[in-house]
Formats: sequence, structure tokens, C-alpha cells
Amino acid sequence: MPNAEPLTSVSGHVNGSSTLAQVRRVIICAGTGCMANGAMKVFEQFKSEIASSGLRVILELRAEATSDEIRLSKSGCQGFCQMGPLVSVVPDGILYTKVRSEDVAEIVQQTLAGDQVVERLLYKDPSTRKSCRGLEDNPFYSRQDRLVLRECGFLDPEDIREYILHGGYQAARKAFVEMSPEEICKKITDSGLRGRGGGGFPTGRKWDAARIQNSAKKYVICNGDEGDPGAFMNRSVMEGNPHSVIEGMMIAARAIGANEMLVYVRAEYPLAVERMRRAVADAEREGILGKNVFGTGLAVKCEVMEGAGAFVCGEETAMIASIEGQRGMPRPKPPFPAQSGLWGKPTIINNVETLAHVSRILNVGPEVFRSIGTKDSPGTKTFALTGHVSNTGLVEVPFGTTLREIVYNIGGGVTDDAGKIWKTGFKAVQIGGPSGGCLTEDHLDLPLAYESLRSVGAMVGSGGLVAMNQGTCMVSIARFFMEFTQRESCGKCVLCREGTRQLLALLDDVIEGQADANTLDLLEKLGHAVQVGSLCGLGKTAPNPVLSTLRYFRKEYEEHIFEKRCRTGRCKALLSPEINEVKCKGCGLCIKACPTQAITGEKKQPHHINPELCIKCGACATACKIQAIEGI
Amino acid sequence: MASMPIAVDRAEKFEKVCGILKRYACRPSGLIPILQAIQHEYQYLPEEVLTYVATSLDVPPARVFGVATFYAHFALEPKGKHVIRICDGTACHVKQSLPVLDALREKLGTSEKCKTTADMLFTVETVACLGACGLAPVIIVDEQVYGQITPERAVALVDEIQAQEAMLATASATEQPSAEESHA
Repeated sequence: MPNAEPLTSVSGHVNGSSTLAQVRRVIICAGTGCMANGAMKVFEQFKSEIASSGLRVILELRAEATSDEIRLSKSGCQGFCQMGPLVSVVPDGILYTKVRSEDVAEIVQQTLAGDQVVERLLYKDPSTRKSCRGLEDNPFYSRQDRLVLRECGFLDPEDIREYILHGGYQAARKAFVEMSPEEICKKITDSGLRGRGGGGFPTGRKWDAARIQNSAKKYVICNGDEGDPGAFMNRSVMEGNPHSVIEGMMIAARAIGANEMLVYVRAEYPLAVERMRRAVADAEREGILGKNVFGTGLAVKCEVMEGAGAFVCGEETAMIASIEGQRGMPRPKPPFPAQSGLWGKPTIINNVETLAHVSRILNVGPEVFRSIGTKDSPGTKTFALTGHVSNTGLVEVPFGTTLREIVYNIGGGVTDDAGKIWKTGFKAVQIGGPSGGCLTEDHLDLPLAYESLRSVGAMVGSGGLVAMNQGTCMVSIARFFMEFTQRESCGKCVLCREGTRQLLALLDDVIEGQADANTLDLLEKLGHAVQVGSLCGLGKTAPNPVLSTLRYFRKEYEEHIFEKRCRTGRCKALLSPEINEVKCKGCGLCIKACPTQAITGEKKQPHHINPELCIKCGACATACKIQAIEGI
Repeated sequence: MASMPIAVDRAEKFEKVCGILKRYACRPSGLIPILQAIQHEYQYLPEEVLTYVATSLDVPPARVFGVATFYAHFALEPKGKHVIRICDGTACHVKQSLPVLDALREKLGTSEKCKTTADMLFTVETVACLGACGLAPVIIVDEQVYGQITPERAVALVDEIQAQEAMLATASATEQPSAEESHA
């Protein structure tokens, strides 16, 4: 078994995970967020500081590492992007946040040489004001169940040996050497794993459908075209643990009898593209991918393709068209890709997160996988928690977790625009991005799962969770999503192409105060028509944000239409600036600032705004030193 | 076969394009990676290059233009030297990315329709989610990501680049007076 050798050569003579655990490690998060905040500078600084302090630093993982050495490594996204750059020290269990290169010398002296904690760099829980030493006492992490994400923050994504030492590719080996395709499909079906990309289709059934096809050529595609604005869990996994995705794909390939795999990554994620490409090359070099996988004589090769910026390509058949070099337009199903997909051959397309669960299912068994989550939605799901919450980032929790737990306990509560905690500020959460819906205060205790969300007009979708405070106008949010789907509609179905455009125009009417009593009716009717008359998921779900805001925030629409008022003041056209006559001292600053000469008044007498001329630009309110201009 | 001499003649002009086409073995299925590589080379997709690609792949030009105009990443017009991309994903949007866009457009005099400044120094455009939502709102200036950006900081970044450009301009003017004269 020549190709099985590399696996054993790394992990054969040492117990992999214990070596990883024993070596003292300084792990610098090198996800997109932390890199943007200067994580690489911090990394370089650590290299030189550790060296000059006389400690022994190792950059390459070695099986024979001794205990007095410190391994300095990069990791993938640790999920707590807002607090980056993040630096963890293990096994000490310390997590430093917002580390600058100036702080490095102190960490090296205090923590690495002196076993002391640098208090000021610890995360402070904004609600209790307590410092959190590490992941265990940090509510953002301690309340999560990080199964897919854990290794993203621990392993060096650019070092295949770390993944292997940590037990990686053992499940793939088992799948190729010990298991039959039927057995693999059965295990996955038994686990109840459902597609994490949005649809929630049972993965095992999808694989089985492709497995029974009689074809010499089959394909496995990994869908890394994470187009939902506000979701970034796939990016994190591809950047942080690319080998787990490749391993999942290999198991899928074995299960359906495919020998070609392709990862389709969004072009907006250059780091993910780079790391996936490197992981594929490393796996080929180690003989894990190639012509004779694990000595079975089976060949598996993998390619990485960059998308070109089209949301609709997240849809299976559109993605296939895009890979074939066409415009990314969906086609009717059936035939399903599992029957006739890429180049007319049986093809399965799985989301990154789905594939990242696969190796664990084979390793621990379907029963353990099912032990968390709900009966119909087993396992964990990663949500991208963003918007007006104190802790934004990636949150992996079991299905069935409530919104309250995520927003208040993990997210640390709702904030105002300046980022301060706003106890009564919760207004809504948009879940599932442009295809999803919004959830209100009434849904805070709803267990999040595929069916429960569908019953309230929302969906898990890709798992984007955008929290919004009371200062957010729900009509504007609906318009934002509609603008997005309208722009991204591929144009194939008339109702999606024209319907989204008309929906957008109707929403513009509401926002600009042009709407009348019929508008809401029209919005609803047209929304339902677009749902019915569109071929793919994009069109079928495009009206969701409008319909769900109409369902839960109808009053706000009515205020816009009948009272010509936006309670948040975000809709400029509905503003009616007035000068408070009691406050106004008649200084004339607003008259000078007004670009349309809409303000008149004698010196030292209260001024007036002529609503006919006013363009509601707000220049007067900015100019006024005593805040006498109200309603803008 | 009639198109062969033309293809060979053009090959001299489009040496780099030829290299790219060769890398993908002139397969029409590789059209998207081919266009990506060409855009990487030229920063945009010049019209004559697209026609040339169509001829080389033996597909109608409409197919190549169809693909080039379908995907948001392909630009059919040249971009400025510095490209500023404002993320308009949901997280950035609710964290007020629009005022940042407005401030940059006002500063540089660009608009939704006209994204590039007349001196070809700056292009201001919005992009779909960059996946850095934890840092919202986010902008990318020449591939460098800036998180939790405010309109003021964004304008200050432009000021910095403009100052650098002004220095470069004076430096090149003093170094190569002859070149400057010949331009005049």
C-alpha cells in the first residue's frame, strides 16, 4: 500500500493528537478578519520576540518536538472576528483579543516566559464586565458547540501534517479501504445529515441517488459559492480547515463512485481560494489524492475553480452551467444533477459545511452525531451572527437552540448604532439572507431548525443571522434584499426578472411616500406570483423578505403609506423638518447652510422652513448648534 | 480553417492571451477561467481581446460576450489605478455602509453610472458580501481590507493615496523631464 504510507509516516510512531496537545503553542488567527486587522504583523513580531527572548521557537510541526519548545502557528478563522487579531496560547487556555504588534513583547515576557496572564488583553464581557481568560469562561465560545469550527481555530490550515496528526484523513481511509459505497451512504442517511446550504435535503439520500446511477463517470462538486450577503461560515471553513472539506468530498466520491471532484469557490474569497488550492496540492503530494488512493487502485482528482460573481450560481444547475463555461442560468429539475449533472453525468453538489461534517460522522458514528440537535434536524449548524449585537462572529450551536440564546447569551445582547448595549433595543433578526425572512421578539424562544423556521415564513438558509435594533426601518431592509435579488436574478423566468423589478418599484413607492392603499395588496399578490412562477430557489424565495416583513411589521408599512412617516427617520423622503420656535434663536446659520433657500426668518426671530423647497438634506440640522431643527 | 491566418497574425499582438488560451487548451469549457486570467492581465476585458478569444475557441462572439456580461466580476471597461470597493452585504448595510459610499463618491466625484475618476486614478464600486461581516462596515482599497470604517476614515485613506500620487507625479516629472515634454 504505497499510498497509505504517508499517513502512517506522520502519525504512525507517535500518537498524533497527544503530541499536538503537549507542545506549547501560540496560535495567531489568520482569517480574513484578523488579517485585515494586522494579524500577520503580530505573527512576525512573535517570531522575532520569541527568538530574542531566548525561548526556542519552532515553525514547522515535528513529531519529535520537545516540551521546552514553543510552536508558533497560524490558524483559520476563530469566529470572533470583531475582537481580532486573536492570539491563543495552548494548553494554557488563554485567549488574547485585539492584539497589536506592540503588545507582543509583553505577552512573550509575561505569558510565555513568566506564566502570567496579560490582563488588559483579555476579553471583557460587556454585560458582566468580567475578564475572560480563555474559551471556557467566555460566553461567546462557552455556550457554543463547536464541532466543525473547533479545528479552524487550532490547526494550521497550510500544514497538511497537522491535519493528519490530528486524526485527519482516517475517515477517508476507512471509507476507501474498509467500507462499501452502500455502507457509507447508509451511515450518512442514518445520521440524518441535511444540506447546510439552505435546502436542507437529506445528504445520504442525495448520495444514494447518484450511487445507483450506472455511469463510468461521476462528479462530486463542493459548493463554496457562499453568495448570501451576511454569511461567511463557508469562507471560514475553507480558510481554516480546507482538508476537512477535501476529506468530506473524498468520502462522497467513494460513496457514489466518482473519480473527479471540483471545489467551486466564490471569487470574493481570495484567501479561501488560495488555501483550498494549497490543500489540494498538499494532498496530492502526500499521495492522499491521486491515481491510487489508499492503495485501493481507485483514482480521485480534485480541482479548484473560482466563481465570477453571480449569486444564482449557488443554485445547483446554475453552478453546473457556470463550470461548463456558460452563463450561470438554472434549468428545470428533473432530471436532478444526481441523475444528469455536469457534462450530463451523475453529479452531487454539497455545501462546504455539509461536507465538513462528513468525516466526523464516519469517525464517531451516526448515533453520536444524532445525539445533539433535534430529531428532524440533527447535529450543529453554524450561524453568522452580525448586525447590531455586541459579539459578532461565527456561532456553531445545535439545531433547536433558541434565538434568545444566540442573540443575548452568545451575542451579548443588542446594541445601538454606536455599539453600546441597548437593553430594549431588539427589533428583528433577518435569518437566511435574501431568501429568508425576519423573526421578531415573539420568536425569541422558537427553537431554530429547518421545519420550525419554515412554519413562521423564514428558513435556515445559509445561516446568516443579522440582528437589527429599533433604529432599523423594516421597509428599507426589505428593499435592500429586493434590490439584491433583483440585481442577481439571471433573467430566465419572466416573473423573477420582471416581478422583482416591480416589487422593488413598489417598495420604492412606500419609502418615497408615493404609495397608496393598493400598494400592500399588490406587493402581496405579486410576491406570491413570483414564488410560484420561478424555476429556481432564487426566484422562489426572493419575495420572502417582503412577505415576512409585511407579515410581522405591517404597521410600519402602513405608517409609511398613510401617515407618510418613518418611525426610525431612515426614509429621507418622509422626513418633515421643522424648526422648534421656542429653541430657535434666529442666528441664521441654517439659512446659510440651506442649499435651496428653503429657510427664511428675521435675525433673532424664529426661522421657518418652506416644505415646498426643502429637499430634506439635513444640512440645517448639522449646522444648528442648539438642535432646534427637529424631525430630521 | 479560413480564420487561421488572421489568428496567427493577431497572435503577435496578443501573446499573453495566447499563453492563457494555451494553458486551457483552447477548450470552450474553460471560458470563465480564461476570462479571469485575461482580466488579471489587463485589469479588464478589452473588446478586441474578447472577439479574439471567441475566434480561438471557435465559438460565436455572442457566447463570449454573454458570459462576460453575465458575471459581476468581469469588467468591460478599464478601471482606475486604485480600486475602492465598498461592501454592500447585509451586515455592512445595517451598520451604515451607504454613508461611506456617499462620502467617497462625493470626495472623488464618481457616481453609480460613472465609477472611475476622469484622471483614471480611482474606481469606486460596491461589491457583494466579502465575508468579513464581523468587521462591518468594510471597504477594500487595492486588496487591503479596512474594517469598521467610517466616512471620515474612508476619505482620509483617499487623501493619503492622493498625497502619494502627487509625490509620485512630481518625482517622475523631475526625473524624466524629456518624457514629460514629449507628452506635452
